[in-house]
Amino acid sequence: MRYAYYPGCSLTRSARAYAESTAAIVGPLGIELVEVEDWNCCGATEYIAINKSAAYALVGRNLALATSIEDVETLTAPCSACYLNLKKVDRYMGEYPDLNQRTNTALAAGGLSYEPGTLHVKHLLDVITEDIGVEVVAGSVSQPLAGIKLAPYYGCLIARPALDDEPAHDTEQPHNLDDLLTALGADVVDYPVKTNCCGGHMAQISASTAYGLIGKLIGAAAKAGADAIVTICPMCQLNLDAYQTQVNRHLGTKYKMPILYFTQMIGLAMGMKPADLGFGQEIVSGKPVLAKVGLPVHEPAGPTPKRRSRRNDPSLPMPGSRGER
Amino acid sequence: MPDENFEPKIIGFFCNWCSYRAADMAGTARMNYEPNVRIIRVMCSGRVDPDFVMAAFAKGADGVLIAGCHPGECHYNNQNFKTMRRYALLKHTLRAIGVEEERIRLQWASAAEGAILARSIDEMVERVRELGPLNWPKQWEAPPEVEEAIKMMEAEHAEALEVTA
Amino acid sequence: MSERIGIYVCHCGSNIAGVVDVEEVARWAGENIEDVVIARDYKFMCSSLGQELIEEDIRKEGLTRVVVGACSPHLHEKTFRRACANAGLNPYFFQMASLREQIAWVTKDRERATKKAKSLIAAAAERVALHAELEPFTVPVNPATLVVGGGIAGIQASLELAEAGYPVYLVEREPSIGGHMAQFDKTFPTLDCAACILTPRMSEAEAHENITLLSYSEVEEVSGFVGSFKVKVRKNARYVVEEDCTGCGICTEKCPTSVVDDVFEAGIGYRKAIYRPFPQAVPKYPVIDTESCLYFNTGKCRICEKVCPTEAIDFEQQDELIELEVGNIILATGYETFDATRITQYGYGRLPNVFTSLEFERLCNAAGPTEGKLVLRDGVTEPKSIGIIHCVGSRDVHYNPGCSAICCMSALKFGHLAIEKSEADVTSFYIDMRPIAKGYEEFYDRLMEEGMHFVRGRVAEVTDVALAPEEEGKLIVQVEDTLLGKQRRVPVDMVVLMVGLEPRPDARDVALRFGISCSMNGWFTERHPKLDPVATMTDGIFIAGTCQGAKDIPDSVAQGAAAAARVLSMITRGHVQIEPIVAEINPEQCSGCRICNELCPFNAIDYIEADAVSEINTALCKGCGTCVAACPAGAITGAHFSNQQIMAELDGLLFDVNEHDETMQPEPTAA
Repeated sequence: MRYAYYPGCSLTRSARAYAESTAAIVGPLGIELVEVEDWNCCGATEYIAINKSAAYALVGRNLALATSIEDVETLTAPCSACYLNLKKVDRYMGEYPDLNQRTNTALAAGGLSYEPGTLHVKHLLDVITEDIGVEVVAGSVSQPLAGIKLAPYYGCLIARPALDDEPAHDTEQPHNLDDLLTALGADVVDYPVKTNCCGGHMAQISASTAYGLIGKLIGAAAKAGADAIVTICPMCQLNLDAYQTQVNRHLGTKYKMPILYFTQMIGLAMGMKPADLGFGQEIVSGKPVLAKVGLPVHEPAGPTPKRRSRRNDPSLPMPGSRGER
Repeated sequence: MPDENFEPKIIGFFCNWCSYRAADMAGTARMNYEPNVRIIRVMCSGRVDPDFVMAAFAKGADGVLIAGCHPGECHYNNQNFKTMRRYALLKHTLRAIGVEEERIRLQWASAAEGAILARSIDEMVERVRELGPLNWPKQWEAPPEVEEAIKMMEAEHAEALEVTA
Repeated sequence: MSERIGIYVCHCGSNIAGVVDVEEVARWAGENIEDVVIARDYKFMCSSLGQELIEEDIRKEGLTRVVVGACSPHLHEKTFRRACANAGLNPYFFQMASLREQIAWVTKDRERATKKAKSLIAAAAERVALHAELEPFTVPVNPATLVVGGGIAGIQASLELAEAGYPVYLVEREPSIGGHMAQFDKTFPTLDCAACILTPRMSEAEAHENITLLSYSEVEEVSGFVGSFKVKVRKNARYVVEEDCTGCGICTEKCPTSVVDDVFEAGIGYRKAIYRPFPQAVPKYPVIDTESCLYFNTGKCRICEKVCPTEAIDFEQQDELIELEVGNIILATGYETFDATRITQYGYGRLPNVFTSLEFERLCNAAGPTEGKLVLRDGVTEPKSIGIIHCVGSRDVHYNPGCSAICCMSALKFGHLAIEKSEADVTSFYIDMRPIAKGYEEFYDRLMEEGMHFVRGRVAEVTDVALAPEEEGKLIVQVEDTLLGKQRRVPVDMVVLMVGLEPRPDARDVALRFGISCSMNGWFTERHPKLDPVATMTDGIFIAGTCQGAKDIPDSVAQGAAAAARVLSMITRGHVQIEPIVAEINPEQCSGCRICNELCPFNAIDYIEADAVSEINTALCKGCGTCVAACPAGAITGAHFSNQQIMAELDGLLFDVNEHDETMQPEPTAA
């Protein structure tokens, strides 16, 4: 399947591992990514709040350029902030004629135009789990990540705001990344803070706030016994990875949690070499996770649940359970 | 060209249950809206014969507003679906004889939606004001021969009714 | 012979006169409208003096038609019709123009308002001249009544009617009557045991000689009109022969299949495949749930049949279709609770120790799944701290904007029960406290003294992710304490969600089946929200209890009794008057095309094969006029809304169409 591809600024610098692992895995999954020519910055999370018209024009230019790619219906971005900006602009240009007009006037100055609704905008994760399908990914697995415990961290921007009329996933507790990691053979831990904020740019603006948020995320994963946190956004990855030392100093903790991209995990499960997937670029080393890959499958953690004895089971049913006792 | 002082005369056919009560509600709540709509109460929007609409225009109205209960909430179950069908045909017919589409409007309003009704009235009045007077009677002044012919047809029709099988 | 029309323009104090020049309108009407012999303006037409004015003029001036320009006909049309009747004039020779709601209250410009008033008066006068002398029909009222829904409101209504000596059919969908009230433990503010005050009523309803209880039954079809409805009821097969069953309960004891009971036990307890919803169920006969029954699924088992001492189990039993004839119908179908899984932030369905209010009721109830012990989801551990969250699914633009009326009081009740049973620490997280009725505020005071804690703030999240040692293993309620001005994380063992009240999911279908209106979300629509909460726009059909809107038990009981009283007034009068606004087909003009036959939702139009024409059954006709508009031959007339009358109204409304116009207008073609 062919997609217009908007990598975004961070993938060229701090998130090179994301770019490399993405490039490695898309072929085997049947995805063809055609990079938008001469794309520009999406404005990250700030610009849209500072100057809406300029921000819309900035993002609109990428949408306009993407339409010139042949045979594509969908534009995909691996970074959640880029994805949300592109999707927002497309949607609100369609809802507010005034905004549409102003943006297109600006684009016209560059000889471009964009008709809202021309492209679907999808996050790379959703392209893989929805369009390609988790079964296909499972089918491409040759080296299951058996025995590796992963915490699936979505971050907030892919979940909220829900801009589709029929949102693909829940705004608080989505599960497509969980399903994907399970399909790769890993043990996915219970991670209810999966869509909590990573702090965004708070790391620069108000570090202590950020450390609290980051500490909560890493702490929850550590408590659940995760070997690594798997992310889908370069900002989340940077915050959780680069600031771990400061967080430890600030909170008095001793976390050493690798923060990896989901595309890297897919590549590992496909049997690719870690160096080809950008491993080694992370600050908190992912070596412990790599060491576990390829180990023989062992018993999953925890006792096997006993068959409930009718007479001795006092517990109350959970809501929605129709089953027999 | 629209006269600066032109105030459109719009006839409203409102159903007794929802839309008339919505107009009542708008009044009780003292909502301000254009006084150009003069309301005829019918029991159901399904009572509105397309002849009424034609007659309204012929008698000098510049617009017609039909108001009824939301589909699914008709006091008589589903008569407003018939209103919808007639309305579609009415618009088509009016368009064919050169009457602008905005001069006829179908508005659903439940008894609690006085505000929506008031707003729709304001919108329609504004639109019709821009379009100007319809002046149908003047435009449709028939030449004397046609008038004669119509009178003769009416007389024949009346005669035919008197014939028993 | 020309008519003699009297025009009365009401000032309504300054309501109309403040905007419309009422004296001018009256003067203009007297001088310009044909056949007007009297044109007056008066301060308050609806007053007895105003009405007497009309009556005197009718007698002295020989008026043959009367027009009043005042408020909305929905308010005083009946008043002035009565005045005409008192003076010996047929009440249908009257027409009203709404100068207040349609003009004075919504227009600022005096000149335009006065012009519009003139047009409405002219329209009324032109129309009324063509009115026909009509008499209302009288139809007899069948003294039997159908009550749909056996909750507290339905039971109350049934008992009132039965006590008055009239037959009642009480139809209930579940195997037992009792409704939601049967699920509660105690009721606020008296802390009466719900079952103790309800079950006597339930027994009485079953035993009363005038009440026929049709449980495990549903109404499938309704036809007819006020005074004579025909109703088809499906009595679902219980697979138990009622005449033989003694209610001993052995079948239930021995049944090997146990499933989650998500109706009566709110999903927190179990029942068998053959079951009685609760011990005091009325009637006492159990029911087989074919979905979970082993025999119905695999053909094996049949233990209940084997152990039944009176051989009352009948696997071959069929549904029964019963036809009833009643004069009036009371709908008391109750409410449904909001589905708390929709608010993912509160963790219901994911976090085991988050419960809904109904689940909590069942925990507290001595006949519930834990025999009244307050425990967590593991069925064993007693909570030491409980957080109660108000307004779950209520007062929320994302779900339901309205308030559910009873949750604050229920929360206080839960606090009391928890403190009494377990010495747990109870905290209520509320937005506003709404103890509005008699004894309610005092109950709130009592709970404050009993040591219940109150935090005013909207709860953002319930989470199990601990950030501090004291939060380990607990549920943390994250809330903004607005009185302290701080964010708080309150660790508790158990969270109770006060879920809002919603209409039943099939309320719209039910409304359609009975021919009444309901709002977009499903609350049945009352005739007037202030003055007529139990009647609907459909004569003969009444509503009572929470199906009309969220309310507590006293109000539901009051509405049940009120609906019964309305029905009784019709039964004792023995007949009801139906407005003669009906359609009639002129067989001479009818060509037998039958277009009208399919248009009538009340099946009031029959086709007479022998004469090849259609005919309207005036008893069934409700006067919507759709057939009148549809007849291509113009063979159908609508009484009181005829084509001629409406065309005349049009003429009146457009009286000023020629004002700025010198050229001659061709005569508008006759309709």
